[in-house]
Amino acid sequence: MNAIEMKSITKRFGPLVANDHIDFDLQKGEIHALLGENGAGKTTLMRILYGLYHADSGQILVDGSPVHITSPKDAIGWGIGMVSQHFTLVSPLTVAENVVLGYNKGYIYRPQEVIQNVTKAANQFGIDVEPSAIIRHLSVGERQRVEILKALYHNAKVLIMDEPTAVLVPQEVDILFQTLERLRKDGLSVIFISHKLYEVMTICDRITVLRDGKKIGTVLKNDTSERELARMMVGRETFGVYRQGEQKAGNPLLRIENITAVDKKGLTALKNVSLNVYEGEVLGIAGVSGNGQSELTQVLSGTLKPASGKIFIGDKEITNASPSEITRAGVGRIPEDRHAGVVGELTVAENLALESIEKFTRRSTLDKRLILKNAEQLISEYQIKARPTDPIRTLSGGNMQKVILARALSPEPRVVIASQPTRGLDVGATEYVRTKLLEQRNRGAAVLLLSEDLEEVMSLSDRIAVIYEGQIVGIVPGTEATEEQLGLMMTGARQEVKQHG
Amino acid sequence: MDTFIVGLIAATLRVATPLIYGTLGELYSERSGVLNLGIEGTMFFGAFVGFAAADATGSLWLGVLAALLGGMLAGLLMAFFSVRLGVNQHVSGLGITLLLTAVSLFFFRLIYGEPRIPPSIRSFDQLQPFGNLPIIGPITTQYALTYISFLIIPLAWWVLYRTNVGLNIRAVGENPEAADAAGVNVYRVRSYALMIGGGLMAVGGAFLSLAQLGAFTYGIIAGRGWVCIALIIFANWQPAKVLWGALLFGGVFALQLRLQSTGLNLPYETFLALPYVVTIIALAIAGRNATGPAAVLKAYKRE
Amino acid sequence: MVKFRIEKAPAPLWIKPLIPLIAIIVTFLVTSILVVMANANPLEAYYYFLLSPLSNRVSALETLVKATPLLLTGASVTIAFASGYWNIGAEGQLYAGAIAAAGLGMVLGNFPPILAIPIMLIGGFAAGMLWASIPALLKVKLAVDEVVTTLLLNSVILFIVSFLLNGPWRDPVSGWPQSPQIVDSAQLPRLISRSRLHLGFLVAIIMILIVWFILTRTSLGLKMRAVGHGQEAARFMGVNVGQTMLTAALISGGIAGLAGVTEVAGIHFHLIDAISPGFGYSGIIAATLGALNPLGVGLAAMFIGLIDTGAQTVSRSLGVPVYLGNVVQATLLLVTLGMFLLQNYRIRRD
Repeated sequence: MNAIEMKSITKRFGPLVANDHIDFDLQKGEIHALLGENGAGKTTLMRILYGLYHADSGQILVDGSPVHITSPKDAIGWGIGMVSQHFTLVSPLTVAENVVLGYNKGYIYRPQEVIQNVTKAANQFGIDVEPSAIIRHLSVGERQRVEILKALYHNAKVLIMDEPTAVLVPQEVDILFQTLERLRKDGLSVIFISHKLYEVMTICDRITVLRDGKKIGTVLKNDTSERELARMMVGRETFGVYRQGEQKAGNPLLRIENITAVDKKGLTALKNVSLNVYEGEVLGIAGVSGNGQSELTQVLSGTLKPASGKIFIGDKEITNASPSEITRAGVGRIPEDRHAGVVGELTVAENLALESIEKFTRRSTLDKRLILKNAEQLISEYQIKARPTDPIRTLSGGNMQKVILARALSPEPRVVIASQPTRGLDVGATEYVRTKLLEQRNRGAAVLLLSEDLEEVMSLSDRIAVIYEGQIVGIVPGTEATEEQLGLMMTGARQEVKQHG
Repeated sequence: MDTFIVGLIAATLRVATPLIYGTLGELYSERSGVLNLGIEGTMFFGAFVGFAAADATGSLWLGVLAALLGGMLAGLLMAFFSVRLGVNQHVSGLGITLLLTAVSLFFFRLIYGEPRIPPSIRSFDQLQPFGNLPIIGPITTQYALTYISFLIIPLAWWVLYRTNVGLNIRAVGENPEAADAAGVNVYRVRSYALMIGGGLMAVGGAFLSLAQLGAFTYGIIAGRGWVCIALIIFANWQPAKVLWGALLFGGVFALQLRLQSTGLNLPYETFLALPYVVTIIALAIAGRNATGPAAVLKAYKRE
Repeated sequence: MVKFRIEKAPAPLWIKPLIPLIAIIVTFLVTSILVVMANANPLEAYYYFLLSPLSNRVSALETLVKATPLLLTGASVTIAFASGYWNIGAEGQLYAGAIAAAGLGMVLGNFPPILAIPIMLIGGFAAGMLWASIPALLKVKLAVDEVVTTLLLNSVILFIVSFLLNGPWRDPVSGWPQSPQIVDSAQLPRLISRSRLHLGFLVAIIMILIVWFILTRTSLGLKMRAVGHGQEAARFMGVNVGQTMLTAALISGGIAGLAGVTEVAGIHFHLIDAISPGFGYSGIIAATLGALNPLGVGLAAMFIGLIDTGAQTVSRSLGVPVYLGNVVQATLLLVTLGMFLLQNYRIRRD
């Protein structure tokens, strides 16, 4: 009997059909991958199963009987647990409080008793966490274990894991896989959402592939190959953008000298970071999220003042410069969070104009015609699917990112700072963004690429610097870097690497 | 001890009472993730409803009960707009304040007409647990509602940190998505918190009309609700610390009353304004970059 | 059978102008309960509320008189809210302007109106700006929440007014707590004879247009709207967030200060402590009803002026407490807030 059966699930968001009559089944004690590109409908389907969304039509069966799941509470009641990509933990509360949240019986809450219970459960399931710790103080890997413990504590028989490896370093991934393997032996069924082929081939028994909201098929791992899965996933065999040839290093266009910075909470986020990015190269920065990448981007964008150190664009010092001075110095910036790079309520045209507003102003009055003309030109040049007067929040992620690219790259900056440029984008848009970045490199710009996607860093970078706990732990040439070596460095295993170039 | 000091302490406790109720009420709202600018109106409403009910029934405690229920209703109304519909908390809170003030005035005029002097009732008697003992006697000569307010501080702490409702309130105020995913009904928990909060605010208002003044006047609250919103920043959203802020403000206010009577050669408005000015200065010093519960001002909407 | 379902998608455009209309109808339905409790007939009450003020010249002009300070506070709140600065202090800034007007009005006796009136307006604007600069600087320099400080300062300035009226400015002629009458040359001239409609109304309309122009046609306005809708993104795009907010806060305070001038120099000719029955807060209502679109805010302010005039007629004619007008205003605000959500939904046929 199947632990879960989903029959002909359909879900629309406005005109978009996120799930189109999808059938899905999960056997007891299996790890079943839900594979697909971003936007294929995987997460939507699972959010329906977990009661966070309501399907427009379709049926869900648990252990063979039809059920109505209208809230996570219902789902938990039916033995379904979910570990989302963005952890759903309350950070000022303790591990134990998070585990029992929403599930604690009676009126009185007794902290000691709860900690004991959670400790017992953690031991029983073999999950290594400290129940009295405050979530805020835990690492990403630990937080994920809290999420798993939370689901198991609520008697989950089915565990949905939404892209669980996206935030982990390779070594933590191994620990996760071992944990899942062991829990599976104890009878747990797991739905494993992923878009990484090698992962699903490592850990899963069966694989269901979704594309554009439709189910493409379900295959046994032993009957398939990465190549076949890739074709099912994207409708063609190979994809990707790679840089060509080694670039001869020219002059350093971006020089970062001994930058130290403090984050919002007052903790040192960057320690003595020094980097040179040369004319015509992509310098990739690899690292697990939260190791200082955000602060480095902010310092270089002018939105965070460094505590010490200097930054130069060519010969011009831009330490402590404002964002507009940095833009004028010849820096194109692609922000980490694209929603923090555009104002959603303003129009596409206004967002394109605001960064260099003085060009569109005549005696402090806006030149609306020029703003519109500028937008029309960039929209056609960057193939943005939008009208100049659309509020930018109505654009898809890919189109929004193209607006940001257009704004950052059209003035032909000498230095490009791209932070997580393809996060959450579909294949087409990802390819487009990567191509554009390489175009900048080939044009002679210095490109600093910060990405948590190791594959992206490896395929685009001429040199790769690894950041760990706010420090650059080493720089390796792109041609020599291996995933294992970078993975080790990303976890802080410092090694002697000679500064390249 | 000087009778000046003794009188000052006694007055401080009295002045602090409505602030304790109001601030604890606001604390419950904000800990659940809702800034309730309806506080000023809710206190006004409580003062009016308490007065009118006590006047009609002849029972002061029924007046307090009516204020409590009225305040809970006000909290529910705030919940309907800010939580259910998820509209802007600043504007909906001000809307609630304007509405409750207007409704109170409307019914006051309807019931009492336009009296030359404000109608009054026989207000609560003060308790005198220590009779006429020196120092301790006059200091402890207080209204029952003052004693209750001091008991409510630990109770508020206990509910927040030692009950499951409290755990849920803390969770939805920090991360409603997480609480929802754990099966906590965010709307319900916030509505409860706003109702508890509204009830407390209204009792604070009723203290003024039923105990301190024994009358209802248009200026009865006079910005005390806004002071509570400032006090909560001092208190860093912790129930225990509410006491200190309330006593500080109460102290300045009481001092102001005493100084006026000493015939110091300053206009009395200086003293009236003093507590507000001190609050602003203290905010500038202590409240800088104060961060409340993470979800305050953010409406929670599930797709 | 035809099935309909409600889905989350932008509603058709024709819904938007209908929202205030529906909100008005719902508001009157809800508040008619109070009318009934006051032993009056709701239909009759709403005739007096909405139609009778417009039925004759005198009361129609009086509606515009009532709308004058609301147009100004509405414009004041609009420019602040549009910039993400929650100025709840228009009420206090209005009083600051009123104090300046009363003060200047005492000493401008030697100036002709052509000079005296601009000085009054500029003085009131400056006073409003000055009073608004306290919370604005605290916000921008020290990150102190402006909602709390503007509210507290509204209380503080009332004490200042009370001090002035009971002390140095107490009217020597009448002995009442009001400032001496301002000189004739500082009084705003009447626009139309045999009415109270004064120059302040024109000033108010001009301020609404200026706010509209700033927000939609200038680079400052674009920066303001960027800050209002996304501070972080605005900062990323090179907007000086603190400076933009400060500018908005000061303009907002200045415009609110003008409302104090129009009331002192156009209506009362004295400073009294009840010079505003909450115009600053009604300005927030107007700004919300107008969805922060200055032209819509202008219409909303006129409508609130109508309610204010109507409430007095209702009170006089039917004995319904005059506070019904305040109840209607507040209810209208809340109902409209709820109704705006309708924009996000549309009904589709399956």
